Amino acid sequence: MHIPDGFLTANTWAPAWVISTGTIGYCLKKTAGLLKDRMVPLMGIMSAFIFAAQMINFPVIGGTSGHLLGAVLAAVLLGPYAGAVVLTCVLIFQCLIFQDGGLLALGTNIFNMAIIGTIGGYVIFNVLHKIFGNNKGFIIGAAVASWFSVVVAASFCALELAFSGTSPLLIVLPAMAGIHALIGIGEALITVAVLSFIQKVRPDLIYGFAGESNKA
Amino acid sequence: MNRKDIVMGLIIAVIVAFFLSPLASSWPDGLEKVAHDHGFIVKGEQSSIFKSPIPDYIFPGLKNKKMATAISGLLGTLVIFGIGYGLASLLKKNKDCR
Repeated sequence: MHIPDGFLTANTWAPAWVISTGTIGYCLKKTAGLLKDRMVPLMGIMSAFIFAAQMINFPVIGGTSGHLLGAVLAAVLLGPYAGAVVLTCVLIFQCLIFQDGGLLALGTNIFNMAIIGTIGGYVIFNVLHKIFGNNKGFIIGAAVASWFSVVVAASFCALELAFSGTSPLLIVLPAMAGIHALIGIGEALITVAVLSFIQKVRPDLIYGFAGESNKA
Repeated sequence: MNRKDIVMGLIIAVIVAFFLSPLASSWPDGLEKVAHDHGFIVKGEQSSIFKSPIPDYIFPGLKNKKMATAISGLLGTLVIFGIGYGLASLLKKNKDCR
């Protein structure tokens, strides 16, 4: 759902730039304060993995494809602030080098995917993780949160398109939410698979997993 | 994370970017599909205000499109690893100085 230039008018992309710049600035500050040594290379690895995984479009339905967003994956592994920073790096890189998402629309794309997807997704993960307890809650939380991260980011995208007068809200919102409800299933499957793998081999790397083997 | 973990993680990312990216579905993504179905896809096609060096992940100058995608994936993965790692190192240094 990388919005290209031309879909949004200035009354949408300009305020989105302001909100995203401020929020990511705050996330950088919070990340600097929370950063542990082991997280430094992990931020590089996660940037690389999310960039790579976003290239892999999987077929969904009716001639439509989707790819991993990775917002909840990054947030659970690195925490919401560093997760948002990693997603933002990936989005800027994709926009500038690969023309994936517009330059004017970059602030909006950062808002939808790196801020709403990551921080919103982390809030959902955290609540479910607490309700269902450690292992079960970890998987349920990651699955549900990653599904919501995609659907909610797509719904914000629809709101922005409607606000720009590109497409009427009553048409674009159900269309975007509907197709991303299916893409979100792929998101949940991949997120849970990757997190389960890391939980098995290196649980100490996971920020959002308060297991007994979670060392500093 | 020790050196072995970092290399392992990077190898996984590179395998995904290099070997899987040429196999990715070329169907439109969710937003493109909605834009196409509801007639606003044309709005995104004209107004690019700048030119990226590697548009659509097709590395320029290569005849084989699948190879061009794989090379873009490989190079992109290594560069974004450096950016993520570098930014995190800077933030860490900043913290330690204070």
